[in-house]
Amino acid sequence: MNAPGELKRQHVIDPEICIRCNTCEESCPIDAVTHDGNNYVVKFELCNFCNDCISPCPTGAIDNWRRVAQPYTLEEQFSWDTLPPDTSPEVAGDDDLPEEVQRITDIATQGQGGTAAPPWSAAHPYLNLYTLARPAEATVAGNFRLTAADTSNEIHHIVLDFGPTAFPVLEGQSLGVVPPGVDDAGKPHHIRLYSIASPRNGERPDYNNLSLTVKRVTADRDGNPVHGIASNYMCDLKKGDKVKVVGPYGASFLMPNHPGSSIIMICTGTGSAPMRAMTERRRRRMGLKEGGELWLFFGARTPDELPYCGPLMKLPKELINVNLAYSRLPDQPRQYVQDLIRERGEDIARLLKDENSYIYICGLKAMETGVDEAFADVCRGHGMDWSQLLPVLRAASRYHVETY
Amino acid sequence: MAINYSEKIPNNVDLSGNKSLQRALEHWQPGFLNWWSEMGPDESTNFDVYLRTAVSVEPKGWAHFDFVKMKDYRWGIFLAPAEAERKINFGEHMGEPAWQEVPGEYRSTLRRIIVTQGDTEPASVEQQRHLGLTCPSLYDLRNLFQVNVEEGRHLWAMVYLLHAHFGRDGREEGEALLARRSGDADNPRILTAFNEKTPDWLSFFMFTFITDRDGKFQLAALAESGFDPLSRTCRFMLTEEAHHMFVGESGVARIIQRTCDAMKEHKTEDPVKLRALGVIDLPTLQRYLNFHYSVTSDLYGSEISSNAASFYANGLKGRFEETKLADDHKLHGSEYPYMEVVGGQIVTKHAPALTALNERLRDDWVADVQSGINRWNKIPEKAGIAFRFTLPHKGFHRRIGLFTEHQISPDGKILSEAEWTRSHANWLPTEEDRAYVCSLMGRVAEHGKFANWIAPPPRGINNQPADFEYVRFN
Repeated sequence: MNAPGELKRQHVIDPEICIRCNTCEESCPIDAVTHDGNNYVVKFELCNFCNDCISPCPTGAIDNWRRVAQPYTLEEQFSWDTLPPDTSPEVAGDDDLPEEVQRITDIATQGQGGTAAPPWSAAHPYLNLYTLARPAEATVAGNFRLTAADTSNEIHHIVLDFGPTAFPVLEGQSLGVVPPGVDDAGKPHHIRLYSIASPRNGERPDYNNLSLTVKRVTADRDGNPVHGIASNYMCDLKKGDKVKVVGPYGASFLMPNHPGSSIIMICTGTGSAPMRAMTERRRRRMGLKEGGELWLFFGARTPDELPYCGPLMKLPKELINVNLAYSRLPDQPRQYVQDLIRERGEDIARLLKDENSYIYICGLKAMETGVDEAFADVCRGHGMDWSQLLPVLRAASRYHVETY
Repeated sequence: MAINYSEKIPNNVDLSGNKSLQRALEHWQPGFLNWWSEMGPDESTNFDVYLRTAVSVEPKGWAHFDFVKMKDYRWGIFLAPAEAERKINFGEHMGEPAWQEVPGEYRSTLRRIIVTQGDTEPASVEQQRHLGLTCPSLYDLRNLFQVNVEEGRHLWAMVYLLHAHFGRDGREEGEALLARRSGDADNPRILTAFNEKTPDWLSFFMFTFITDRDGKFQLAALAESGFDPLSRTCRFMLTEEAHHMFVGESGVARIIQRTCDAMKEHKTEDPVKLRALGVIDLPTLQRYLNFHYSVTSDLYGSEISSNAASFYANGLKGRFEETKLADDHKLHGSEYPYMEVVGGQIVTKHAPALTALNERLRDDWVADVQSGINRWNKIPEKAGIAFRFTLPHKGFHRRIGLFTEHQISPDGKILSEAEWTRSHANWLPTEEDRAYVCSLMGRVAEHGKFANWIAPPPRGINNQPADFEYVRFN
């Protein structure tokens, strides 16, 4: 049998339940669904898992997935009377992600052209040890508000203790939380993913715990009030509460470990979680004098809304170069992370040329374009071409994006 | 465009930007609600029903599930997104920009097309209004109500077109749509099939499988129309029609499943023994199929029709999947086969393709029904039972078109009146059949229970379990 890593995810339609109503073909925005006189089928090479077809399907036949070494051809799918048996590996520990996790990952990594390989010196991650059917249970060891009480932006630092349960993580990985209860439609809530904010050996070194950075969601992207189910559940947790956790997830956004490697971290809001983890990892190893630089570009509206602002300012200068951009300071022009990247163009250009430097971008999708343009400007000013450099960085696993 | 639910009439057509149209429809709305309370599902007013409501016309928005009281269902006006610079794709106006307003010369024709389609929507609600009292499960009751509220919404869709584009005539037609009654001797619905009774759940499932499929093909042909508002309306209606066919196809499939299970368990094919067991024998199902198939076939009209030709040539009503067909889209010089009785023989003739468009749409529908029948036949096949369902000959039991004057057997033989009289009880449901099916119709409304004559569904609605409490009676 193939190693799980070689398997591909394929969207298929159950011919026994399908009524051939053409709804999926009609609703697919990229024409990935087609049919013959017998069956409706999904074109493997076109389907991008956007899931536009899932809820319109009147029968549920559309909601079927396989992990396959060799995708079923259209001809094979046309000939089916029933779905072939599902031989996808289901055992815990492989990388057969829950659909929701796969979907979120697909969206988050669009900025780097899909999931990428980790740096060559990254540690090997454990993946998907705990599934929806068999989640891990953690105990809340602490829950602190990071942002000032008078700001509308409420971000919490939550520490989870796993007691005797193994939950090994690396900086840059995330875990999933399933809020208890059911939604208005009576269905279990969706998994929410949170980046881990602590280094691999624990929020408190050598304890079996980790921390998360969680923002209480009170409005949607358009500013309309909404009540974020999972974030409110998380932010309201009390010390001693039990939480169901799945994962860990993420095999790409991992830090380099070799001596002399440098990390450029660009983030906004809770996108700082993996940056905090990486920074803390390096801080704990400062005594080893392994070399390499840390550069942080961190954006928020005001200092009061910047998570970890106090501790950040206390970090030693020889460990990290901190650049904070505030976009809503009274009487100040709005400043964004891309402005600071341009200001530090000299150093950025030097690092871009250094094959031991790695770039990590995490935060709101909206920042991607600005950051991209800033890199292009820096390159122009230093005799490089960003459009040619970016593919090189990607190919060398030196450019990692997780935006949402 | 998102649907604005804060308005009296939910819509995605910027109704508040056209005050006179808004007033006209708000004037029509109480009449609709009166009609619904008088002719809508019996005794359902206070139920909370797990219904699908469209919250936008984008794919992600048109299947929002929640508990809703049917009288509070937000009937509204939803058009599929406009296609930029859409052209007329067939007929003599091919290549011209699609019409956003009704062309004067086609005004009365278009109005008739829209009224005929619109009339079927309230008609089916009226035909089905008593079924809730004999539902075989909460799951099925919910499906019935979903079908009913969406047929109500389809009426809204057609009335919107009449009000928005046909002035006073349109408003009068809107009133008349609420005044006609299915089966009424003085003021019946326009099409015969929509004046038939839907007395039991087997008829309901056959109706949604076969007759709603006619709806699919008619709507698909109108979705090709050069009159863009009609096209966009029908495209969105098609998304709802799919659910109705699902209810029918899976409903009959579950009856077949239950019967096959009983046949295997009791090792019998004898209809008398099976009826004693309280299930519906397969030959009875075949007779119901024959009936609904032939009655619905008449809805396509006469095989040769100059009306159909002019609808097409004028760009008003296309063929099924018109834009996917590879030809001149004008049908100049091409022919299409049809059947007729000549000198005691059924012969295949060829007519100009333009005049045979009804027959062509009927053939598309027949192929679609046939593939559904093939799926049904997998059930006895899997159970090791020899019985297979078949579609009767196209000339069987027809009241419209070239076979009207003849009696044709299901296998395509021309019969004398005497032979027909002697045999038709083998092919069409008898009074005894109907009485037996009706005798099975008792209300099963206990959470998770199903009537004895039907199997539970393989999966529930919106991935809910089959025993989910789909309807709360309060």
